[in-house]
Amino acid sequence: MRRKEIKVCIVRVGGTNCDAETKRAFEDLGVKAFIYHINELTKRKDLLFEHQILVFPGGFSYGDHVRAGAILAKIIMTRIGKEIRAFVDEGRPILGICNGFQVLVEAGLLPGLNGISNYPEAALATNVPSGYRCMWVYLRHENNGKCVFTWLIPRGMLLRIPVAHAEGRFMLPGGREEKILASLIDNDQIVLRYCNENGEPAEGRYPANPNGSFYDIAGICDQSGTIFGLMPHPERAYYGWQLPDWTRMSKPPKYGDGKIIFESIVKYVMKKF
Amino acid sequence: MTRRLYIKRDLPFELYEVNVLEANDDDLVRISEEMGLALSLEEMRAIKLYFSKKGRNPTDVELQAIGQTWSEHCYHKTFKGIITLPDGRVISSLFKTFIAGATYELSKPWCISVFEDNAGIIHFEHDYGIAVKVETHNHPSAIDPFGGAATGIGGVIRDILGVWADPIACMDVLGFGPLDYDYSNLPPGIKHPKYIFRGVVAGIGHYGNNMGIPTVNGAIYFDESYVGNVVVYCGCVGILPISKYIKRARAGDYLVLVGGRTGRDGIHGVTFASLELTEKSEEVSRPAVQIPNPIEEEKLRRAIIAVRDQELASSITDLGGGGLSSAVGETAYKFGCGSIVELDKVPLKYPDIAPWEIYISESQERMLLTVPENNVDRVLEVFWEEDVEATPIGRLTEDKTLKIYYRGYVVAELDIAFLFSPPVVRRSAEIIKPKFNEPCFKEPSNLTEDLLKILSSPNIASKEAIVRTYDHEVKGNTVLKPFCGRNNGPSDAAVIKPLDKSWRGVVISCGLNPRYGKIDPYWMAASAIDEAIRNNIAVGGRRIALLDNFVWGNPEKPDRLGSLVRACMACYRFAKGFGTPFISGKDSLYNESPLGPVTPTLLITAIGISPDVRRIISMDLKEPDNLIYIVGRTYDELGGSEYYNLRGCLGKNVPKVRLREAKRNMRAVTRAIDKGCVRACHDLSEGGLATAAAEMSLAGDLGLEIWLSRVPYTGQTLRNDFILFSESNSRFLVEVPRERKEEFELMVKGTYYAPIGRVRRDKSFIVYGLNNEPIINTSVDELIEAWKRTLCRL
Repeated sequence: MRRKEIKVCIVRVGGTNCDAETKRAFEDLGVKAFIYHINELTKRKDLLFEHQILVFPGGFSYGDHVRAGAILAKIIMTRIGKEIRAFVDEGRPILGICNGFQVLVEAGLLPGLNGISNYPEAALATNVPSGYRCMWVYLRHENNGKCVFTWLIPRGMLLRIPVAHAEGRFMLPGGREEKILASLIDNDQIVLRYCNENGEPAEGRYPANPNGSFYDIAGICDQSGTIFGLMPHPERAYYGWQLPDWTRMSKPPKYGDGKIIFESIVKYVMKKF
Repeated sequence: MTRRLYIKRDLPFELYEVNVLEANDDDLVRISEEMGLALSLEEMRAIKLYFSKKGRNPTDVELQAIGQTWSEHCYHKTFKGIITLPDGRVISSLFKTFIAGATYELSKPWCISVFEDNAGIIHFEHDYGIAVKVETHNHPSAIDPFGGAATGIGGVIRDILGVWADPIACMDVLGFGPLDYDYSNLPPGIKHPKYIFRGVVAGIGHYGNNMGIPTVNGAIYFDESYVGNVVVYCGCVGILPISKYIKRARAGDYLVLVGGRTGRDGIHGVTFASLELTEKSEEVSRPAVQIPNPIEEEKLRRAIIAVRDQELASSITDLGGGGLSSAVGETAYKFGCGSIVELDKVPLKYPDIAPWEIYISESQERMLLTVPENNVDRVLEVFWEEDVEATPIGRLTEDKTLKIYYRGYVVAELDIAFLFSPPVVRRSAEIIKPKFNEPCFKEPSNLTEDLLKILSSPNIASKEAIVRTYDHEVKGNTVLKPFCGRNNGPSDAAVIKPLDKSWRGVVISCGLNPRYGKIDPYWMAASAIDEAIRNNIAVGGRRIALLDNFVWGNPEKPDRLGSLVRACMACYRFAKGFGTPFISGKDSLYNESPLGPVTPTLLITAIGISPDVRRIISMDLKEPDNLIYIVGRTYDELGGSEYYNLRGCLGKNVPKVRLREAKRNMRAVTRAIDKGCVRACHDLSEGGLATAAAEMSLAGDLGLEIWLSRVPYTGQTLRNDFILFSESNSRFLVEVPRERKEEFELMVKGTYYAPIGRVRRDKSFIVYGLNNEPIINTSVDELIEAWKRTLCRL
């Protein structure tokens, strides 16, 4: 498939607010990106299949009432659950950023221990230390190549990307954490982990791990590697001028570390479809 | 009692006739109080006269509508009134004479709409304009800190939507009492500063974050007088295509109410804001505080931008203070129309709300559009698609009257002309020059401790723990963030790059010096203007426009009014002198509590332009061995300084602004930045040279040495501590690479400047005194520790 034929579907509802910059990132790579209200996707069920990539961007869908992402997850699975399943079955990639990650977890699409689940198998709980925080963090790429959103990134490479959330503490069911973690590792589902500037694991310590996530998990994919959710915002680290310290550099880079995630998925779709 | 003041009409709903025709002066005052109108006797008499001519009594709806329109909050009576000064001089309008006066005399072609609409609009690039508005929300925040602050942000965002602009950034400047204030000193009815602080900060973050608008600039200031009078300034910047700035409503257009439903929240918000806070405020005015719902406003924003882009509406305004009453009245007045409104069409949160309550409720997230008949269906559809309610509630009419119906009955009929011609307020001002002295103490031999203490003082200490709870990067356009460098130093201004296809940036900064106002409000205002402008200049901003936001005490008290007049005089002189017009502003008066009046506080917001954001400069030191220059002269001006404050004194020598010198310095810094010979630039403000140097050093994680003997200083007393901590205005510290030395000096020729130090390779921070002996000797790590410890855990 040629780059300019690729179409990205970005979903929004009341409270979504990172749709425009996510669209901008995709379009910078020469693909077409469209923002649709969930009402539109509900009305025209075939619309989704005109697109190769589905994105749930950041924001506070429905005010994050109940739990972050919970309401949108239910609405999506109720209204267009069938289409989403077909989309996944066809191997078309789905990305969830921040609130979108919360949606994917609440919808049972991630971690997807045994395929799509009818109930959440993990949680993005309130931060420890508690509270909303907007800050830059370091991430280590830990995936062995399964995740189609990061396959261009060498394993072990560090990425610097900001987070901005109050509910991002990745948690697994109490008592079964280690067992599930082992299976996530075995299945190559761990994608990004919080670390310090030197790439050493944050080991749960703030501020390197900004929210107390279990095993420093910042982003995971499903077993097929085509569904990917992450708390950090790659669209806010897309251009060099978005870096927090570009004014210190004698020659600031044109792009930031977020770009490679978008680039990976576009190249994957070009190859695959 | 023989006369009945309130006569219930025999109708299937609650409507009272208010017997003003038979009321004497005492009754009139009573009516104003009982109905929560906050009108003076003179104003009540004008109302009585009007209805005498009509030969009938007003309804409660009519009186409430008049009360809202004539309130200080909506009509700005004090700023528009006649003020007599002690020397007999008469000012016919503070606003026209001093604030708008400067703007009109400057007559800048890039000012597109000033003081006319919900927000000021200036030209940005091609067809794009930038809209800016700053509001205060002090009174509601004192009662309900979270709701008050959140709806403050919500309200100012709607002001931006109200000029068809898309919000791109928020600002917030907050004033609290000391967080360690002794509980036993709190009078009844006043909440502890820490409680207010937490609520306000959470409220600001909640609204901005949920709406997805980055909060990029602001300040937090602590002052004893804010214990009883919390100060909450909320600002918003938006961008709009100027060709879509449509305000041409005509008779026949429909009034379409869009957004949230109407309830009993926010009844009498504006009249509440026009009174002093008392012990009873909590009980009496609780309904005056509105309830925030940012998601509703986020949806509203999308729909409004869609309506704008399709040019479906003929005008727009927000429902803020005064609710429907203000929005309908002002729309009709502005377009020379009358209007009819059917109140029973207004969607309600719950039934059985009296007509007058519907009409003045300040329920949030509502806006009023005027829509030509042919477009009504399409407009309703746009809102429907966003899951937002939109309801035609009336029309503009040819005759210049306001006619309000409820269930088929006329409940109000007022002439628009009368509604907008309240009696002119006459007040007298008294100018008291308090006697202050400079403190007398020996110069300490070592100033390291003093510097560290100043860095830890609440007004200077890092606000990172607070600011990081606001999303400052959503939309991905924040080029210069609130923090910069390796250790999150305090940026002088924020820079937003609003257009994907352009490198042009909007530079947002502010200035605020309440402590100077305790000595002299004139120089306080001058300093705030200078500070806002130099913060903007320091990062590379230019073509600066200003906003003024006054927070003052009760203007009916002559001394408060006198200081307000002094501040306004400074606004005129320095805005005009700097060539920086005011484009919008707002005043919040009556900030008084049982603890006394608020310290007169003027916030100046500066909006500049960066022609190319790739050339902006941050304040963190960049490279070892670079030279540090000071631009601007230091005077013996420690009145109101942090240094004196540390010793419990106020002093007398408040920093002044010397226009010619100031302008020369600013032009020089801009030239040097444009020439590319500046690596870092920071303005000198609270805490003076020592603090600015320390901030640059800790932000860059690089040591620094400074030689005080080289600093251009003009003062009778030659002392190390004075040079280090004087807060003279119009000064900058600039980092320049050695190889650019000559070039830089050429750029700043004509100013008082000097190379006063250099960036070190290690992390030592050393200041050599006048005798060339070290008087401050510390390390970057110690500076960081001191600067971050105060407000790190809250």
